[in-house]
Parts: sequence; C-alpha cells; structure tokens
Amino acid sequence: MSGIEGKLSSSSSELDLDRPNIEDYLPSGSSIHEPRGKLRLRDLLDISPTLTEAAGAIVDDSFTRCFKSNPPEPWNWNVYLFPLWCFGVAIRYLVLFPVRVIVLTIGWILFLSSVIPVHFLLKGHDKLREKMERFLVELLCSFFVASWTGVVKYHGPRPSMRPKQVFVANHTSMIDFIILEQMTPFAVIMQKHPGWVGLIQSTILESVGCIWFNRSEAKDREIVAKKLRDHIQGVDNNPLLIFPEGTCVNNQYSVMFKKGAFELGCTVCPIAIKYNKIFVDAFWNSRKQSFTMHLLQLMTSWAVVCDVWYLEPQNLKPGETPIEFAERVRDIISVRAGLKKVPWDGYLKYSRPSPKHTERKQQSFAESVLRRLEEK
Amino acid sequence: MGNTSSMLTQYDIEEVQQHCNNAFSQQEILSLYDRFCQLDRNGGGFISAEEFLSVPEFARLLRMLDGLNFKEFVAFLSAFSPRATLQHKIEFIFKVYDSDGNGKVTFNDMLDVLHDLTGQFISEQPREQVLTQVLEEAGYTKESLLVMSDFVKILGSSGLKMEVEVPVD
Repeated sequence: MSGIEGKLSSSSSELDLDRPNIEDYLPSGSSIHEPRGKLRLRDLLDISPTLTEAAGAIVDDSFTRCFKSNPPEPWNWNVYLFPLWCFGVAIRYLVLFPVRVIVLTIGWILFLSSVIPVHFLLKGHDKLREKMERFLVELLCSFFVASWTGVVKYHGPRPSMRPKQVFVANHTSMIDFIILEQMTPFAVIMQKHPGWVGLIQSTILESVGCIWFNRSEAKDREIVAKKLRDHIQGVDNNPLLIFPEGTCVNNQYSVMFKKGAFELGCTVCPIAIKYNKIFVDAFWNSRKQSFTMHLLQLMTSWAVVCDVWYLEPQNLKPGETPIEFAERVRDIISVRAGLKKVPWDGYLKYSRPSPKHTERKQQSFAESVLRRLEEK
Repeated sequence: MGNTSSMLTQYDIEEVQQHCNNAFSQQEILSLYDRFCQLDRNGGGFISAEEFLSVPEFARLLRMLDGLNFKEFVAFLSAFSPRATLQHKIEFIFKVYDSDGNGKVTFNDMLDVLHDLTGQFISEQPREQVLTQVLEEAGYTKESLLVMSDFVKILGSSGLKMEVEVPVD
C-alpha cells in the first residue's frame, strides 16, 4: 500500500498586533495526551478528550465569570432588619442623594466658572494655564468622588511627574480613572464613548492630554501606538495611565494584558485597585447598564470603599519579551488586589475569538494521525 | 432577593435528578442551574446555539445543545459525570457522530468528525484514505453502517475517560 502523503499546510499567520499567543498562557496539562503506536479505528473514533474539553467549557467557563456581576448577598430579608433597611433606603434616596447631587453641581459650577476663563485668559502663558487646568480637573474629580462618598485609601509612594514612564492599572469601571485622577493628573488613553461622556472626553480631558482610540478600527492601533510613544517622550506631559485589560472586569478576576503598554521602552509603574463590595458593587457592567445608571447606583449607596496601591516601578528584564513583561506586571497587580488570573483576551467580549487556537489543536491532531498511520 | 437557585424547589431538583439517572448530586444540579441561567441570555427557558458565541470552544457539541431546556441540558451533560456508565459515555459519542439520529453511523459521518478535528491540515483525499485504511484494518468497509454495538466493541476496551467536574461553591 502506497504511503499517504501528509498534506500539511501551515495556517496563515495573521498580523495580530494585539492578540497574545493564547497557547503561551494555557496550562500545559490541558493539551490532548500524545498517543503512541499504530493508528487504529478507535483512535479516530475516540473523540472523548475533545468532548470533555468542550463540556468543561459549557459547565463552567472562566471567561464569562470575569464579567458576571457578583453583588454582595442581601442581609435584609428578615423581620427586624428589614424595617431598618427600609429606613436606610429612605435616607439614601431622600437625604443623601439630593445632598450629593448638590455637591456635584457645586463642583461643576466651580469647575466650569474657573476653567473657561483660565482657558481663554491665559492663552499666552501655556505653562501656567496647564498647571491651573490640571488643578481644576483634580478638583472636579474630588467632587465626583465626594458625590458618591468615596472612601479611598492610597498606599505607596505617590506617582512622580517624570518622562519615560507609564502607569498601568486593572480596570473595573470608568470611576477608576476619577479615583486616580484626584490624586495625580494623569493623561489617559480611553475608548471614545458616545453621549455626555464623550462630550466631557473631548473638552475637559483634552486639557490633561488624553489619547483616544476606537476599538473597532484596526488601523487605529498603529496611530495610537505612535501617539503613545510621542506622549511619553515629552517632558511636560502628564504621566500616562493605561488600562491594559482593555475592558471593564468585575474586580475578582483579571484578563490578559495587552502588550501595547509594555513595548514602549519605558518604565511601567503598576497600580492595583480593589473595591470593597460592602456597600455597593463598583463593577460597571457596560452590557447591562449605561454609565449614567452606574453613577446613579453609586450615588444612592452609602459609600464606595476602595484601596489603591501604587506598586514598585518595573522595567523590561533582559531577555524578556513584552508579553512576558505584561504577564509579570499582571501577576504583581493581581496578587496585590486579590484577583484571579484568567488566560483570556478581554476583547473576546466584543468579537469572536481568533481561529488560531482551534487551528493549533487541529494541526497537532492531524500530524499525529498521519505519523501514526506510517507506524507498523 | 436571594440567589437564582431559590427558584428551583426540592421537587424540581429531584425531577431533574431522576431524568439524568442520578448522575449529578443536588449541589451539582444547583450549580448547573446557575450556569444554565447564565447561558440562557434571553431568559426563554432554553438555550439556543447562537448564545454560545461567548464561549470560545467547540462547535459540534454546542450545536447539539440547541433548544434544550434545563432538564434536557442536565441529561445531556450526565454523560460527563463520573457516575455515568461506560455504556452511557459510548452512547453519547455515538450520538455525536450520528448527525441524522437514525441509529447508524456512515462513512461520511465519520469523515465529518475527522474533518472537524483536523481542519485544513489534512485535505479531502488523504482524509478519506486514512479513514478507509483504518476501517478496513478493523474489519469494516467504506460502505459499512456502524451501529451502537459496533461502537461498544471498538471503544469498550479503551479505558475511555470522559469526565467533567461541576464546580460547587
């Protein structure tokens, strides 16, 4: 019997700037065991390893778990605690909420009445103008934080204004940015949002030097990468804050970090943020609620409690790839904030997964079949 | 108020347990219910194949889940319980192959599954040749229609391992 030529063609390599090689992250034990010996009918018919993996994902997949809101267990379903809880609801909605709205409004008025004159009157004195605008943005953020009674504890040395450094943090909600901004005027890179958030992004945040991207545009990535590099070189620019997960995660897990922030050739300073769910779950489930609803939820709860840790700056070690660097920093942040790491790309939330993962499995099985066919 | 499992009564759980021949414990059924509710995005009481876009795994199995309600979902997964018999597991594999459900697995059925597993890495001709060669060595021909007992004969002695653990918090 003539030998069968194995027609093995390698998969087309996609120019995947951002998608990490998923095989590097999967535990090695999950691969199908390597069988030996001549190929028999039962080797082809026995698809149990494949089915087991698929069933495992159906029963419990670590990807959807990252985006599941896990509100704290309610304690009020009880005869004597329930009236107390009702009383609490009344206070929160009828007393606290109006007060907070007033505080926030005052903050906005102060901000707008200062920033507009500053912007126009100090046109010639750029340095002074920027300094004042930064101060005003910090002030506005403090007002925001006060409007949901944010109890934030900052640990670690405050970030310093130096060029050639980038800050990375885990991402739970857009309020992450506000909480960090009230301490230090960061420049941030964000997804452009519609609505009033977008309006704020294009006017106020411009003054702290922000960079916009659009997830759905592939070409965008190169433009953004260049903007990042330019920003870091500038001495006067605000330190850049990046959320490498690329999307909001529920503060119990961390998804894979995109390597973009780690291949800029500068120091990376990790920041870990952990919210305490005691009064409210700060995870912004963007699929379930708009940012406005999210803010309202925060403003009608007792407080938003969180810890922020400024961790030790890290540099690329010799012989380390940007992906390994990203994983190392993700490790540091996850350990500090008590997050479980999962090997998924956050963008899977928005689009189908790359076929490369399945293709790799198919390739190894095909190779094994053809090889064993030749054995006697 | 409370978590979703409070929507299942003890009667419901026992009914589901019976339907899957006690393959899962009550705790496991509760976990599966949470999971089912998560997968059933539109809350219609049954899962449809499109809802699996978010689970980046295999298509063939997921297609079989189309339109199942919770009881059927658990019965479907019971083949993966450690308490399931070898016979039950082999029956499950047979059903995966027998796409038209007539109790007979044809050459083309097996070819389709092999195609799924090897993708573009073996082209059509070699694929057919591999399958024909291996079938003939086992005493069958290209025209043979395999039934359940054939599968039991082929896979029965192999020490089939097909188990999945249901996470119980």
